[in-house]
Formats: sequence, C-alpha cells, structure tokens
Amino acid sequence: MKLKTILMAGALSLVGAAASASCAFENTVPLKSLTAGFEAWKAATDAMAECGNFSASLDQEFKEKQPEAFAANPALYQIGGVANETLIPLLNAGTIRPLDDLVAKYGANLTPNQLIKIDGKTMAIAMMVNAQHLMYRADILADLGIEEPKTYADVLAAAEKIKAAGVVDYPLGGTFKTGWNLAQEFVNMYLGEGGNFVDADNNPTINTPEGIKALETLKAMTAYMDPEYLVSDSTYVQQQFQQGKIAMANLWASRAAAMEDEAESQVVGKVTMAAAPMGSVAPATSIWWDGVVFATNMTDAEAEAAFQVVMEGIDTEMVKANNDAAVWLIPGYEAGPLAAGAAASAANGARAYPASTALGILHSALGNGLSAYMTGAKDAATTLADIEADYVTAAKEAGLLN
Amino acid sequence: MNFRTFAAFVGPSVFMMLLFIAFPLVSVFVQSFYVTQTVYEVVEVETCTPGFLTQTCTTEQKSVPLLDEDSHVMTRTEFVGLQSYRNVLELDRAWAALKAGSWSAFQAIDFWKALRFTLTFTLITLPLNIGLGLGIALMINNAAKAVRGPVIFISLLPFIITPVIGALSINWLFRGDGILTAAMEWYSGRDIAMFAQAWTIELLMMLYRVWHVAPFAAIVFYAGLQTVNSDSLESAVIDGASRWQRLRFIVIPHLMPLIIFVSMIHLMDAYRVFEEVVGFSSQGHVISLQWLTYDFLVPDQAGNRSVSRASASAMLTMIGITLLLIAPLRRTWRDHKGGH
Repeated sequence: MKLKTILMAGALSLVGAAASASCAFENTVPLKSLTAGFEAWKAATDAMAECGNFSASLDQEFKEKQPEAFAANPALYQIGGVANETLIPLLNAGTIRPLDDLVAKYGANLTPNQLIKIDGKTMAIAMMVNAQHLMYRADILADLGIEEPKTYADVLAAAEKIKAAGVVDYPLGGTFKTGWNLAQEFVNMYLGEGGNFVDADNNPTINTPEGIKALETLKAMTAYMDPEYLVSDSTYVQQQFQQGKIAMANLWASRAAAMEDEAESQVVGKVTMAAAPMGSVAPATSIWWDGVVFATNMTDAEAEAAFQVVMEGIDTEMVKANNDAAVWLIPGYEAGPLAAGAAASAANGARAYPASTALGILHSALGNGLSAYMTGAKDAATTLADIEADYVTAAKEAGLLN
Repeated sequence: MNFRTFAAFVGPSVFMMLLFIAFPLVSVFVQSFYVTQTVYEVVEVETCTPGFLTQTCTTEQKSVPLLDEDSHVMTRTEFVGLQSYRNVLELDRAWAALKAGSWSAFQAIDFWKALRFTLTFTLITLPLNIGLGLGIALMINNAAKAVRGPVIFISLLPFIITPVIGALSINWLFRGDGILTAAMEWYSGRDIAMFAQAWTIELLMMLYRVWHVAPFAAIVFYAGLQTVNSDSLESAVIDGASRWQRLRFIVIPHLMPLIIFVSMIHLMDAYRVFEEVVGFSSQGHVISLQWLTYDFLVPDQAGNRSVSRASASAMLTMIGITLLLIAPLRRTWRDHKGGH
C-alpha cells in the first residue's frame, strides 16, 4: 500500500563498486541511473552494479525528477529508466541521445524488437513489456462452473454468480485509485471500444458514445468491488488477491509473480493469467514497455561506458536469474504461465499505449475528473465534457492548443 | 536602544523575511498574470515500439516542441491578465449552475468544491479545537501536582507527531479492514467502509485535525489559566457561583484574548488544509484549496506544470485567509483601542 511506495521512494539502493566476475566489462567511469523502483528494475540495476562504479536510484517518483535531472549539464544521471509516456518529456526536451552508433558498436545481443525508434533513430532500449490483463481464481470459477471470461459482459456475469455464491469478500478487484490508475483504467476501456483520444489538431475526442460506454462498464464493475475502490492501487489489489479477498481483476503482468510468492500469497497455484477481456473492438488494455535511455549531456566516453554497463545489466544472464520478475524482451527469457495473460492480450490485438504530449495532459485530466462520475456526482456525458474542458484549459496553458 | 543597534538586530530578520516571504509572494503575484508556453510544431513522426514478437510502428502527426540553438525547449511568455484567475474560478459555469439552482453542478467545479470543503473544515474544527483545548487545559490544571508533568506530556503527544505520518496512521487504522473499522463492524454487525463516501472521510479528517491541534490550544490556555485572578474566583465561590458559572463569567472572559489568538492561528492553519487530503488520499471524494494549488504544480504526464493557475490559486487562498481573519482582527483592534 502506501508504505511500500514511501519505502521505495526513499530507498536509494547504493550498490558497492567491486567488480565481480559476472560482468564482462570492467567499468572505470562513475555512472548513475534513475529508474522506477519495481522488481524488474531492481534486477537490472543490480546486474549493472556488478560492473563497478555504478550507483542506482530506484525511485517511484522518478518521473518528477527525470526531466530536470537530465536537462542539467552535465546530466545528474547518465542512465534513465522510462516507459511509453515518461519517454515523451525527455524526447521533447532533447535531453536523451540517439543510440544508433552505440547499438552498432556494442549492441550485438539486442533484438530489433528492443530498439525504440523515433523517426528511424533509436532513442531507447526496451527491456520488458507490461500490460494489464485478466487474472482470476481458477478454483473458484471451476467450482461455480464459470467459463473463462472473454468479454466484459462475461466478467460482469461471472461476478454476479460469484457474488451470489458468496465465496469471496468481493468478486472483482480494480486499480481504480483516483489519479493515474483510474485514468489508465479508462484508457484501457476506451482503447477496447476503439476510441481515439485527440484529433490531429490536439482537440479532445473522448466525449463520444465509446467514451460513455467505457465509463458505464467501469461503473458497472464497481458494484462488485470493494466500496473503497477509489483508493485502491495496484499493490492494494495485489494484496487483496494474495489474501483471497477477490476472485478476478485486470491487473499488471508485472504483479503476476506475486501471486505465486509463497511468503506473501495464500492463493499460490490458484490464479490463472488470461487475456484482457475484450471491449467492443479490441482487448481493453494497452501495452507498455519499460526501457533505458541515455543522457545527451555527458561525454562520449561516459556514454560508451554507460551503454556497455547497461548491456551487461540487461543480458541473458540477468534474465535467467530473474525470469518471472517481468515479461522480458531479452533473449533467454522463457515465457511461462505467468506471462500467458500479457501474451494472449497482445495476440488478440491489444494496442500500445499511444503516448504523446496531448495524451499526457489528457491522462492527468482524466485522473482528476473521472471520480466525479464514479461517485455519482456527475453523469457520464457531463463528466467527459468537463474532462475535455479541463484538458483544453491545461493544453492552452501549455501552448499545445491555441 | 539607538537606531544603529536596533537596525543591526532587526536587519537580518527583515532581510530574511524579504528574501523568503515577500519576494516569493511578489513573484507568485506576478506569475499569476503571465503564462509561459512551449512553442510546438506539428510534424509527422514514425514511432516503433516493442510488441511481443515484432515491433509495431505507427506514423502520426505529433506536436513536438521546437528547440532553440542551445537545444533548449523554446518558450514564450505572455501577459494574460486575469485569464488564469478565470480558469481557476470558472465564474461563467459557477454562475450558470447557481442560476439553474443546481448545487451539484456548482460543486462539480473544482475551485468551488474545494472552497466548500475548506470552509466547512475550517469552521467546524474551530469550535471543536477551542472546546477540546479548553477542556484539556482545565483537566491539566485540576490534575494533582504529582501527575501534572506526565499528563502535559501525554496530551502534547499528538501535536508532536508529524502531520502526514499522523494522517497516514489514522488512514491505516480505518482503511479496508483496518483495526478500527473491523472493531466498528464487529460492534455494529454491518459492513462499514470509511473511505467509500465523502462524508465519512470528511469526518475522519476533521477528527484527525482536532486531535492534532487541540494540544496546542490546550497548552496556551493552560498558561492563561495560571494568571486567573484567584481573588475573583474565591469571591465567586463565596457568592455561591457554581463551577460552570465561574468558568463562564470569570475564566473565559479572562482567557478571551488567548481564545482569539488560538482562533486566528487555527483559521490560518485550517484554511490551508493539505496534509489530510494527502494522508487520507481523499482527492477522489474531497479536495481542498491548498491541494488544488499543489495539483496544478504537479507535472502532468507530459511534464507540464500549470504554474500560472497554481499562482492564481495560491493568491486566491491568501485572499480567502485574509477575509476570514477580518472578524477576529477587528475584535482585537477594538479591544486594543478600548483597553488603553
């Protein structure tokens, strides 16, 4: 819950400088990285630290620090961890460098799939993908004779049966915490309905029948959820699952391993990973990647060293040791049952999170505005109209709209 | 004291106040009238991101900021007059909602929603704070000398705890099946969710604030109680005044200047309610004016901060506090003039 976030935020994992045999490259240039603080980043940065002279900051608030830290000259961190949307501010400010020459020189082990290309230039190296997909208690659904839910209509029907049977506290869990999480739920649902967020002129286009349908589905789900859903984030939903309080949730693939963690979970072996339920058009989810970027404001010698350290950090050896920590894109990863949900969602045609400056502003406006609909303070059309108005104000202030 | 000595003593503090209070205030005031925007151009961008087996590439029209020759993002700053204030207040919508007589439409506007809660919070916690503070002070005053030290220490404890930590711990006691919620569920036999609706969260926030600040009021009142004229109290006893009458007609009038002082401090603090919103993660249900300012300043997912709206909102908060303080200040002023 909150505590974990705070600990993460405060935790500077400063790792010793002794180079060990597991790193083929002995690093002599002091390097620092700033990344998010979840398990996969811990695994990757620990492996980077084995090359020596490297210190990692694992910080869940990294996105607030990164733009300024990378804009400094010399940059405060040489290596950054980003995802779809957190790449945008750095890319916009020109504070991350193109990597094509470094990839050609040292990136022999990278697969083409890992190279994030903007206008043909490699700007980031992806290491994993992540997506929200359906996790369900196979034992409960089998007992009640419920088929694996394929659509949201199925999910709601299954939830009704589970509620009637009364086998868990709440049939559904959901990462509906006001702010980023709730906005992300809407983004998923809206993508599932085939919606587009902004038009070519950056005007918002969410107040549509698809938008209203997405909201209504979200609202319908809340009837089967913990009534305190507006404060429940991924960690809270994960814990509800682990403690056997919920039977189904659309949860991040990176949380799948926690279900099988015997130290924390009471439902080991009972949770099945399935594709994200379908909206009208596509799976109601979006595919995210996490990867590494390199600062513009450092010397070429530093960049070469940093790139080689990262290559050691995200190599096959690290993946073999941490296979279940994420859905890795790195050669050597064996996709087990825990990755099945994310893979099935992608196979069904899930779209990538369409990160852009406009969606960045809209995501924040959604995060603030959606709860009014969930609490019943506004109807769907008013909520979406107000969010659009809020977006227009913010986008005008940012200079994106005239 | 001659002027030079006086200046030497006061100078550093005046300088600090100018540097850390006056200058930022002026800067915020000025910023609320300007907007700094990034200059965007629309270009066609091809973006390739990882899929499960192969990459997916999309080509789209995207707005990308222009960079200047030092490869910094180009910005332009414009004078916009009261536009940021209009954006925060949304007066047209507020007025339309009021004319239509729709309270819910009125409360759908962030600023007015925040103002409603902030005022409720401030005005309800004020009497509770004074009352509880006075109660604790009387209790300490009547406690036997031997236990007075420990009693003072224990009643001061809530005040010592860092606000955010205090709010978080109360949050955990009630969140989900937290200990106290579980206890209430056991007692009432019903399923209780304290964070599922606005009014229970508001109640918790107010209880927390009173619990947190009452010790301060108590210690101020306790100091005041030491100077109550014991002759008047004794003569009141002889005249047959009850305990309540002694409190009502002797102690409270004596403490009145302190009560005004505590009220003023409380009004200023409570109007800036912020820790409770963060600690209870209440923003889905309830927001405060200070939280609104903070939210404008937090960069959105694209990295933009709404500095102009945040400045306008901060200025409006300051105006609000000033308006609230007029009543107690006028009273002090009258007393001051009447007393001499």
